[in-house]
Amino acid sequence: MTKRADPDKFTVSKYVLLPGLCLALLVRCCVAAYPYSGHRKPPMFGDFEAQRHWQEVTLHTPARDWYRNTTHNDLQYWGLDYPPLSAYHSLLLGLLADWLEPESVRLFASRGYESDSHKSFMRWSVLLSDVYFYFTAALCLCIDLERVVPAAERSVFKRTDLATGLCLLYPGLVLVDHGHFQYNCVSLGLFLWATFFIVAIEKDVMATALFVLALNYKQMELYHALAFFIYLLRKCFMSTSNKGRKAHILRRFVKLAFTVVGTFVIVWYPLLHSWDGVLQILHRLFPVKRGVFEDKVANVWCSANVFIKLKYVYNNEEMVQTCLLSTLVACLPSCLDFFFRINRKKFILCLVNVSLAFFLFSYQVHEKSILLVAVPVTLYLPEDPFMSFWFLLVSTFSMLPLLLKDGLLVPFLCCSLIYVSFYSLALHLSERGTGVLSFLSAHTVYSVANIQKHNRVVLKLFSTLFFFSLQGMFWLGLGSLLVAPPPQYPDLFPLLISVYSCLHFVWFLAYFTYSQLQLPTCLPLQPKLKKN
Amino acid sequence: MIVEVILIVTSIKLLFMPLYRSTDFEVHRNWLAVTHNLSIDQWYHDTTSEWTLDYPPFFAWLELGLSYVGKIFDPEMVKIENLNYASEVTVLFQRLSVIALDTVYLYGTYRCARYVSHGNLLVYIILITNPGLIMVDHIHFQYNGFLFGVLFVSISNILSNNWIYAAFWFAVLLNLKHIFLYMAPVYVVYLLRAYCFTLSSEDGVHTPWYSFSVGNLAKLAATVIFVFSLSFGPFIDQLPQVFSRLFPFKRGLSHAYWAPNFWAFYNFADKILQFLFIKFGIPVAVEEASMTGGLVKEYQHAVLPTITPTVTFVLTAASMVPALVKLWHLGADRRYRSLSFFRCLTLCSTCAFLFGWHVHEKAILMILVPLSYLSVLGKMDARFYMFMSMVGHYSLFPLLYPKNLLQIKMFLLLAHLCIVFYYVPRLYEPKIKMSKKRSFLLLPKLGALQTLYVYGLICLCVYENILHPFLGLDKTLPFLPLMLTSVYCALGVFFFWIRMYKYFLYYHLSKVPTLTRTTKPLRSVKKHT
Repeated sequence: MTKRADPDKFTVSKYVLLPGLCLALLVRCCVAAYPYSGHRKPPMFGDFEAQRHWQEVTLHTPARDWYRNTTHNDLQYWGLDYPPLSAYHSLLLGLLADWLEPESVRLFASRGYESDSHKSFMRWSVLLSDVYFYFTAALCLCIDLERVVPAAERSVFKRTDLATGLCLLYPGLVLVDHGHFQYNCVSLGLFLWATFFIVAIEKDVMATALFVLALNYKQMELYHALAFFIYLLRKCFMSTSNKGRKAHILRRFVKLAFTVVGTFVIVWYPLLHSWDGVLQILHRLFPVKRGVFEDKVANVWCSANVFIKLKYVYNNEEMVQTCLLSTLVACLPSCLDFFFRINRKKFILCLVNVSLAFFLFSYQVHEKSILLVAVPVTLYLPEDPFMSFWFLLVSTFSMLPLLLKDGLLVPFLCCSLIYVSFYSLALHLSERGTGVLSFLSAHTVYSVANIQKHNRVVLKLFSTLFFFSLQGMFWLGLGSLLVAPPPQYPDLFPLLISVYSCLHFVWFLAYFTYSQLQLPTCLPLQPKLKKN
Repeated sequence: MIVEVILIVTSIKLLFMPLYRSTDFEVHRNWLAVTHNLSIDQWYHDTTSEWTLDYPPFFAWLELGLSYVGKIFDPEMVKIENLNYASEVTVLFQRLSVIALDTVYLYGTYRCARYVSHGNLLVYIILITNPGLIMVDHIHFQYNGFLFGVLFVSISNILSNNWIYAAFWFAVLLNLKHIFLYMAPVYVVYLLRAYCFTLSSEDGVHTPWYSFSVGNLAKLAATVIFVFSLSFGPFIDQLPQVFSRLFPFKRGLSHAYWAPNFWAFYNFADKILQFLFIKFGIPVAVEEASMTGGLVKEYQHAVLPTITPTVTFVLTAASMVPALVKLWHLGADRRYRSLSFFRCLTLCSTCAFLFGWHVHEKAILMILVPLSYLSVLGKMDARFYMFMSMVGHYSLFPLLYPKNLLQIKMFLLLAHLCIVFYYVPRLYEPKIKMSKKRSFLLLPKLGALQTLYVYGLICLCVYENILHPFLGLDKTLPFLPLMLTSVYCALGVFFFWIRMYKYFLYYHLSKVPTLTRTTKPLRSVKKHT
């Protein structure tokens, strides 16, 4: 199944691989020792209680009632609003919990259940899911990264061990999954596996199936769907011979369509009993009523809301249409370019651009959705370390208000510090005698990474911007910790942080779209020349 | 590179802040209060808390200094009557004080690591990522890092032949924590041989008595006496009280959890014999020998004769003597004597650990830390460390008993082991062929016996954490895992001690290959935590 380019020349550098993996695990365990969201905050608690409640509901009610308001299932109290695969995962964990600690999943009686052993159980379940889905996928992608790099383009960031470390130590995901408590690692892990099957070994059917699974774990994976769709569609139209071309196209298309439909049917089968049920589930998954954004999100609508109160301008329906339209416009350049000038290297960039456009412009965005952009960016980091690193820092920073609410300030600082140190360490290992603070200089980073992309003036500009951006983050962070906001604006600092991050994200969208347009066309089915 | 590694390690330490902390936290808080509020003649008399001051005066002064900083954080913390006071700010301050004082350790180890020509970066990383120190200091709560820092400052002066400074810092260390008295014989022998005899012979046997320098001896003595008088001077009229606090012989032979030493075997044998005697109906003095008692309880053996402190001291001294004599001879050679000093230091700590009175399991750090420095200095030492890094650190696991710490302990240890097992062998064989040199299931650089032992350790770990509670034995036999760990680890420590002792005694300078270092210093040993 695995198609190795040149097995003899293929060695993985593993100097810091094992220590890096252990460090990533250690950091996760340490963060897990901190309180989760809604810790001891009745009556609604937080995401932790939501997950526990879903275990309780899926365990005690038949599958058809999971998404319906019944006497046993009160949708007002953390009703299930993720797709079925999530529910199955909850059921599995619920069964385990029922065996280990039945108190924690008693119907109704267990609401707000909190105990140390149960917390350990939940934390372990995230850790194991993380290792099973996310670690493996990241490792495979990073090994592949080193495999395909020709000798001339080799750099420290393309070494398996460092790339894996930088991928796994990304603070945002660690903090949200292991601190705040969610299972993003599962859907993102499945998504990474799908990406792996496209980027590394071109198994389109596997990629499709895995992506549909990811989509069925969290509907937020729709952010990535466009890129997958365009890639797979474009590949259908590629064929080597002109003879029987149409049949060929049709066969490929039907194969992929069957995969999608088949996977969907398998996943949804236990819940399919009537059309009403399906509509009810869809209604649960896409709640239009909940407004264009919750809390303070670093996207365009939230920032625009500062100046124009959107509530009074548009009603919900109009807002949905506006969002849809603007999202499409924002991701159009990237999508069109990807379709007409296809290049497999553009795939990850297209993922970044599309998901970023969705994050900035779409409806009902949550601040945690930035992870969906950040994960493709961690994959892009070896290609463009400076910008990606900057983006990753900003994306973590944009979640600061959320993390502060959960009491995760210390983990936030420590994880960021570890991440920056690890990045700096990677620069250091290139043996160019770089100093501790050399990650601030775009010129050093790009020369270490072996990339000649921009001229010196632009690099200087980047370095300056990066420096002032860090300064801004520092002072905003400090301000939100120490300065009491004026009484008439209690949300002053979260709002400032959102607007500040939003400005960054718009700039990154422009930059990454520009980078994608810069890449040349390259048809994937052409025989590749082995350069090493 | 060093800066990045330090930052990563420090961040990990910061992350540990809200974790479990032992009663030592309250002990140190109480000392802050005692030193802050009472005049110094009351320090060693106060009994408000059961955790009375039992460290030497310099440490008390340190606590006094800290208490002034702590007062800024939370004035409630320095009130004597606030027993078991642990507000969030107090915890923050105490944890930060440990992390801040660890800079002494970072500095001391840096000074020592500089003298290693081959793998200096590696040894530095091994030293500062020592999981034992991190666990004991930053989770369990103590100031060992600081103390070992002072020790390393002293040792670095030995490496650079600044004898007076070495003696000075060691005397300071003794007045910070008197457990380092166990290392004092090595210092005495070494300083006498290397400093007070101005000549060094080449054959390593003959002692040039005629070159004895009274002046040097006087300088040493003056330094040490100066430090001690500075420390104990203010307490001169209450010395008996101070010493009764420093050396409480009422505490019993073993601690609540037996340290993995010789007495663990002894206690274990006693338990077995007691069990057998009862089974075969031979009357024994059964007074339900309590080994769980903890704090201040003398443990009466049921069958075997009860051990008195004198016995342990005689045994400890007797076991140290051969090593010290050997050090005296090896001390003749200028080039390699500091290496021998390190080995002897490790050995004597091991002797003290194995046979000492009321040894705490934390004392194993006194073996592990010097041994980790040795790991880059010789092939055999490297093997010893690779073995001991597993046994020793595992024996510290029961110290942090809460179940939710298991994964943290494990990954902390694994990260360290990954560094040690990956880089240390490469130091001695730069071009290693892993697949060819190693046979199936055999761990790198360890013999069959050691490998088997390590697998046993893994089985033990699985049994304790999974099988034992699963079988429901944790209700009826709650202390069985502790006993097994301690006896099994004692086996490992004993094995190490015999091997290392033999190696040291048979070590001969003619066996040292006189290397002309043509290889350039390996600067780029690649790694991070």
